[in-house]
Amino acid sequence: MDALTRRRMLMLAPLGLAAAAGGGFWGLLMRMQQGTYDPHTLPSMLVGKKLPSFSLPGQPPSSGFSSTDITAGGRPALVNFFASWCIPCIQEAPTLAQLREQQVPIWGIAYKDTIPATAGFLQQNGDPYVRVARDQGGQVAIDFGVYGVPETYLVDKDGVVRLRWAGGLSDDIVRDTLLPMLKSLA
Amino acid sequence: MTRLLPALLALLILASPAHAVSDPAEMLANPAQEHRAEAIGDQLRCLVCQNESVEQSDADLAKDFRRIIRQRVVAGDTNQQVIAWMVARYGDFIRLRPPVNGETLVLWAAPLIALLVAAGAVLIGWRRRGRTPEPLSAAERQHLANLLE
Repeated sequence: MDALTRRRMLMLAPLGLAAAAGGGFWGLLMRMQQGTYDPHTLPSMLVGKKLPSFSLPGQPPSSGFSSTDITAGGRPALVNFFASWCIPCIQEAPTLAQLREQQVPIWGIAYKDTIPATAGFLQQNGDPYVRVARDQGGQVAIDFGVYGVPETYLVDKDGVVRLRWAGGLSDDIVRDTLLPMLKSLA
Repeated sequence: MTRLLPALLALLILASPAHAVSDPAEMLANPAQEHRAEAIGDQLRCLVCQNESVEQSDADLAKDFRRIIRQRVVAGDTNQQVIAWMVARYGDFIRLRPPVNGETLVLWAAPLIALLVAAGAVLIGWRRRGRTPEPLSAAERQHLANLLE
């Protein structure tokens, strides 16, 4: 290779680098648009571990529940943290209702909310839950590693957390991720 | 304005990070314990506004974290124990200063890598420049002499 071609190649190198970076960014943006990538999502420390033990009071008329109640059914279940003041919680309500129709047990935990506000939320958006408990102080949520609502945890029959979804559930996520995992654990 | 600039910059440097402890009731009565709690909170990330520390943030979750940190400090936990308690729930991301491990090795080594690359580039450039040209052959010397005459 003579000196001239080498120089030309070197001049093209930054262009190639910029093209590669552009391609990478484009890929990220596409995945963000599809909802398969969220740069703010954090990995959960709970995945692969037993769910934290807790016992919470109920949202009337539902009675409260503890971590052992979730595994008592002997099959995988979902734990869903929600709040009446949370917009994505309203958006994911139809998806949760569909899961309920498919006989997936969902345990609801109302995060930092009042009894009347939670009651109003459930009346307006439907109640897909086996039971609804109240985490008024947000302490149980911190034990789960919750950093915003809604968050959904998939717990297998032995009480081991297999998946955490931060943010609202959509039909796509349920179809592509949640249901296949539930099927493989059943 | 230009004369004021150094003074303004000095002010910026001297300014300490603001603490968002808006409610004095949040603070511990024991100043030494409060100081320790603030030092811990300064090292932890608020997960809602991800570039603020737990001490700086006004987010609800950061308030909860501040309360828990103070409870654990009063209970007698060391700074490391409080941070470990947080990391067990939220992962290394909660630490504003990431620990050195397999995942963060490239991050921590980045300054050294950049320095080595720059040193290599300088060395190559320096060698190329320092190279003495080949001595002229007899024919070339003759040609040069002819030109100069």
